[in-house]
Amino acid sequence: MIPPAQHAAPWVRNRVLGTLVLAALPAVGVLAFVRVAPNRLLTGEAITLLGLLSEARHALWLPAAVLMLGVFAPAARWAYASVLAASALLLAVLFYVAGNEAVLQSAAQASKLARVSLGGGFWLLVVLAVLAAADAVQRLGLAPVTRTIVFAALLLPVAALLAAGYLDALSLLKEYDNRSDAFDAALLRHLQIVLAALLPALVIGVPLGVAAARSPAIAGPLLATLNIIQTVPSIALFALLIAPLAALSLRGIGLLPAVIALTLYALLPIVHGTASGLAQVSGAALEAGRGMGMTTRQLFWRVRVPLAMPVLASGLRVTTVQLIGLTVVAALIGAGGFGALVFQGLASSAIDLVVLGVLPVVALAVAADAGFGLLEALLRKDATQ
Amino acid sequence: MIELREVGKSYGAVRAVDGVSLTIERAEFVVLIGASGSGKSTLLKMINRLVEHDQGMVLFQGAQIRTFKPEDLRRRMGYAIQSIGLFPHWTVAHNIATVPRLLGWPSERIAARVDDLLVLLDLEPALYRERYPHQLSGGQQQRVGVARALAADPEVLLMDEPFGALDPISRHALQNELVRIHTASRKTIVMVTHDVGEALRLATRIVLLDRGRIVQAGTPAQLLAHPADDFVREFFGGDELGLRLLALQPVAGRVQAGESAPGEPLPHTASLRDALAQFVSRRVSRLPVADATSGRVLGAIHFGDLLAPPPPP
Repeated sequence: MIPPAQHAAPWVRNRVLGTLVLAALPAVGVLAFVRVAPNRLLTGEAITLLGLLSEARHALWLPAAVLMLGVFAPAARWAYASVLAASALLLAVLFYVAGNEAVLQSAAQASKLARVSLGGGFWLLVVLAVLAAADAVQRLGLAPVTRTIVFAALLLPVAALLAAGYLDALSLLKEYDNRSDAFDAALLRHLQIVLAALLPALVIGVPLGVAAARSPAIAGPLLATLNIIQTVPSIALFALLIAPLAALSLRGIGLLPAVIALTLYALLPIVHGTASGLAQVSGAALEAGRGMGMTTRQLFWRVRVPLAMPVLASGLRVTTVQLIGLTVVAALIGAGGFGALVFQGLASSAIDLVVLGVLPVVALAVAADAGFGLLEALLRKDATQ
Repeated sequence: MIELREVGKSYGAVRAVDGVSLTIERAEFVVLIGASGSGKSTLLKMINRLVEHDQGMVLFQGAQIRTFKPEDLRRRMGYAIQSIGLFPHWTVAHNIATVPRLLGWPSERIAARVDDLLVLLDLEPALYRERYPHQLSGGQQQRVGVARALAADPEVLLMDEPFGALDPISRHALQNELVRIHTASRKTIVMVTHDVGEALRLATRIVLLDRGRIVQAGTPAQLLAHPADDFVREFFGGDELGLRLLALQPVAGRVQAGESAPGEPLPHTASLRDALAQFVSRRVSRLPVADATSGRVLGAIHFGDLLAPPPPP
């Protein structure tokens, strides 16, 4: 059956883009594009897109018009390419306008403590622009490698604006300026924790996964145990580790329990990925390999492992993204990382500080996901069945 | 070449193979046939030790197969299976090169061998060498499967329903290739099938199995002309058995030299079944027969000649 919406508006050719454009409307007149506050702890006065001082806001018209027309454009590659280009331009202009507005508003304020922060409307438009770009990329049917390059290119103008100092007047950047040492230390520590949990999880999890794939008698109890660990909330797991560590006269708070707990969490997706990766290898290929005189070892390394690799890589992808997020909580037991900024910000109700802690976590997770996705696509390329 | 002496294999209380004795000579094309569960596949896999026999003995080139390392034994026997089992992450060339690589052949020799085999199986090397299995049709995949089994020039070729999953046209084409390869290479081939037509077309000797035992073994003509019992008769088609027997014999053997008959002559290589079809469709009782290549008339065949005594047992 044809959905009724198509009867209602047959001239809407791209319904996803249409929905995104409609969703953007409140960001124009209702939601705050930026907020101007007398100091870093107050919420401040909302300024919508229409009320901006920055004349640069008129540059938004061009990409906005292209995106609106894109809703009615025929299903063709040029249309999707235009939408993609417009989304990229929109993203760059949004950041430029926000930075420019922050400069103008700061100059208009008497106090040096005044802060111009990014508002809900800004973030909504950013998210919608990224979604529009993602949809266009999807419709263009690009190869995985090209897709990753396109997404990286999408972020390039924003990174350039950031590097060139156009965004420095925003409260987020001022917050960073005040705490750049703490930020850099948090970044380093965050990556350290993720790697320190990931490596032992791999060293323990891959052999366990291999064992689970060989014997269902091992797989059942093993996966059940790991599933239970997975359901224990992270804070509870940290707390549970304090006593045994103390018994070993080790510190129950700090880096060690955090790494142990995160390793335990990482085991499930790695064991599962390894086991199911090995299990999905075609029985026919294995029989043929054995029948032609491959030894068990040759069969494992030449057939099982390469054919299991894509699934294992996707397990690693899930694990890494999950660890990057979970590491935030590790700050609660004094392990450091971006969580330290988040909880400090929450404690002092400094939202900018919270955002400063969360944004890089999101960026790291997205980057890790894209990186592993690329790896997986490359591995799958010659392992397709 | 291969000798089975009273071999058996039990799975729990079930005797999958039960006291089978069979000697397979060099250059024979032996087809093991039977219904599902007759033990034909198990018997085949006992030869390359994918299944270990628990009774009797299996000899290869005069030595018990247990004295070989299983891998060494298998590398000397080509192996092709119904599900083909090409390695999906390897190119066609890499797949075919599996056993030569295991044997440590130099790469130039492997490359040359791969191209020879692709030509032998009617796949243009330049076109197919670098393809991946998923880029091939089912028939092409099994051609690669057969090429892979032949790669290291094995003394024996073991095939487990190799053409079972193919469409009739690909199956027929590959059966013809296999007959050609067998005739040219004089390799010993042991094949499992449940397709009576395939067995009759390919085998120099058919071994009919039922419940793990040999019911009857012999040339296709022997099994059709002198079925040992009703089971054999039923298995080879009951009422159709006569037609199948006719299909196995060329008209050349029944020609009355010097006689003549009106109409388009039959080639001497045509089967008696073809002749029967012509008798009926032309509504005649005599047909001229000519040499298939030169076209020279050899004589005529009478309808009654179809009933001449069958080949000796």
